[in-house]
Amino acid sequence: MAAATATAALAPGQAYRAQEVTYVEAPIRAFAAITAFWGVVGFLVGVVIASQLAFPLLNLDLEWTTFGRLRPLHTSAVIFAFGGNALLCTSLFVVQRTCRARMFGGDDAGWFLFWGYQFFIVMAALGYVLGITQGKEYAEPEWYVDLWLTVVWVAYLIVFGGTLVKRVEPHIYVANWFFLAFIITVAVLHIGNNISIPVSLGSAASYSAPAGVQSAMIQWWYGHNAVGFFLTAGFLGIMYYFIPKQADRPVYSYRLSIVHFWTLIFLYIWAGPHHLHYTALPDWAQVLGMVFSIVLWMPSWGGMINGLMTLSGAWDKLRTDPALRFSVTAVGFYGMSTFEGPVMSIRAVNGLSHYTDWTIGHVHSGAMGWVGFITFGALYYLFPVLWRKKAIWSEKLIAWHFWLATLGIVFYITAMWVSGIMQGLMWRAYDELGFLQYSFVETVEAMHPYYVIRLLGGVLYLAGALIMAFNLWKTVTAGEEAAPAPADVPVSAIAVAAE
Amino acid sequence: MPTKIEKDSLTGTDTTGHEWDGLKELNTPLPKWWLYTFYATIVFAVVWMVIYPSIPGWKGTSGWVAREAVVADVAAAQARNAPMMARLREATPAQIAADPEMRAFATAGGRVAFANNCAGCHGAGGQGAIGGFPSLADDEWIWGGSLEAIQHTIRHGIRANESDDQRQSMMPRFGADALLTRAQIDDVAEHVLSFTSRATDQAAATRGVALYAEQCASCHGERGEGNREFGAPRLADQVWLYGGSKRDIVAMIGNPRAGVMPSWQGRLDPAITNMLTLYVHSLGGGE
Repeated sequence: MAAATATAALAPGQAYRAQEVTYVEAPIRAFAAITAFWGVVGFLVGVVIASQLAFPLLNLDLEWTTFGRLRPLHTSAVIFAFGGNALLCTSLFVVQRTCRARMFGGDDAGWFLFWGYQFFIVMAALGYVLGITQGKEYAEPEWYVDLWLTVVWVAYLIVFGGTLVKRVEPHIYVANWFFLAFIITVAVLHIGNNISIPVSLGSAASYSAPAGVQSAMIQWWYGHNAVGFFLTAGFLGIMYYFIPKQADRPVYSYRLSIVHFWTLIFLYIWAGPHHLHYTALPDWAQVLGMVFSIVLWMPSWGGMINGLMTLSGAWDKLRTDPALRFSVTAVGFYGMSTFEGPVMSIRAVNGLSHYTDWTIGHVHSGAMGWVGFITFGALYYLFPVLWRKKAIWSEKLIAWHFWLATLGIVFYITAMWVSGIMQGLMWRAYDELGFLQYSFVETVEAMHPYYVIRLLGGVLYLAGALIMAFNLWKTVTAGEEAAPAPADVPVSAIAVAAE
Repeated sequence: MPTKIEKDSLTGTDTTGHEWDGLKELNTPLPKWWLYTFYATIVFAVVWMVIYPSIPGWKGTSGWVAREAVVADVAAAQARNAPMMARLREATPAQIAADPEMRAFATAGGRVAFANNCAGCHGAGGQGAIGGFPSLADDEWIWGGSLEAIQHTIRHGIRANESDDQRQSMMPRFGADALLTRAQIDDVAEHVLSFTSRATDQAAATRGVALYAEQCASCHGERGEGNREFGAPRLADQVWLYGGSKRDIVAMIGNPRAGVMPSWQGRLDPAITNMLTLYVHSLGGGE
């Protein structure tokens, strides 16, 4: 790889590649490290609340430790702290290298984004534990935290967009389309769903500007596209850089990447109403949300095809490169959840699945399988590159992480499928005289064994993440140094050499 | 613009000729199955949007309206049970108990109504809980366990001030209102414990006899047998609403607690209160 890049850099007619670029790396190293940290925190809180559901005694009878307060702590820690830092880390890493341009704003801008974003996370988390929430799923932080995140996010857009504008490469690489779509759309979603009027400037509480079903519709326009743009488009950006890098193969289809990019971002934004089937939302909006979700199936799978088919000719690498195994399995889970999603959006299916654990299982096959695994794969690639090491400290531990985490996901999602479908069927079961067969509490009781299995799955997943954190730590502190690069080769080539 | 199209040796496909940080892209055409499945989902979407309401003003060819579908389902379910519900509304609990068909229906429906309305306090299956939630599954009744008594309690409630015919009683606050001294309360408690041979201080229990006869016996009975007319629980057994230790009994005499149960006659259909009556009566202690 190193030789190839170095040659390309000096190839005739491509002299523009020869100019040296010093990439911003220190804040990106910080983002990479904190991603692993928040990952462990988020999974740990997940294990805690999973055990609370299985054994309610563990709520401890303290307001700060009840499930209601810890649940948003878990979702925000994994989505915004773990996922968000992973996106900031990889997008700023990738945009510089694929543009051959130093990050706009330099190290200072990078450090502002880093500390600004961590401040947002800590402020949000403190609010949850203290009971300060606007009660909107995945948008729980109150107005003062929302305002601060807006500042950080606009800075992120300027840094990312500024780097794109400065680029030396004539074309914008596909990963950057996805990153840019993610950054812009999340800004729009965040502002749109958080328009509210503070009770007073001295109060943490606020009133939402829209009310009733309008508020619900805006919430799920936001909520679904948090999945679509934060957890899908952004992470597809990660996939489009790291899988071809790890596999050392060209991306399977440029045409597919164009078509699935535009269809994905056009269609996703309409799919939110499928979260509000059989509610006060007008029927036409529900139907529209459902059909857009179904049309979304193939555009989502376009990303899966491009990820998997990029490996054609390099499948043998899965045997030897456990980090690539993470990235590829992630794409598999991505394909599975983006098929399951459209199925669950069908009104009749939703009538069974909605409000049950099936939804929780669906979300976690996406979150643990896709978002988690693609991030782990990227971190295992990035750490040696960013810290100039030959390789990850222990490949064996990566394999341990992989199998523990995969087993954990299998336990988790199968338990939730069984418990969710059972729950849905019990709710609608009638006896021969037309009376409901089960009371609500009987359905809760029936779910107990599956909650214990889910807890076990979470523990395995957390154990894998702890192994990863240890392995990354050892890579930084005890990894073998990469060979020093010749002075005339740009940093990107050194980085690749470290692979 | 530097473009160098190459042929990928493994697949034989051309690249697009661009390169970013060593990354290249093949110019593979869209997979056919992918494209046709995509088209198929679009066709499905369009057909579905014609059949169902999908844009403001378009009602769809099927005429489907979510609310009307629910109303129709509920109406169908109600219509199916309407004749039986009408009979249950008019019948007395005794008549329902005597008619096998009505009885089976009432017990089955009563189970569901109980789970949704009563189990929160009385427990699933009516097992009750310490702290003022009496068990309905045993033969100890505070206000009576006949069909008529159960029906009355359900319809009018207990101390909730929602019905003129509610079950009403109030035990005096012997300690809080200084009707008895602390030592006297202790003696009475020892005497109460002696009903179940649990007194540990015989002298105190003996001192308590006279006090009990004077202060307590008129409601709870000479030997603690209880009195349903006043809702005075039996004290001569091991079934206790608020706990049966000496400490619990002393606390109850000093500053008594009394539970509240809502009146259900305005909340539930009379047929359903009848169904609940039959169900509760069937739990094990019906008289």
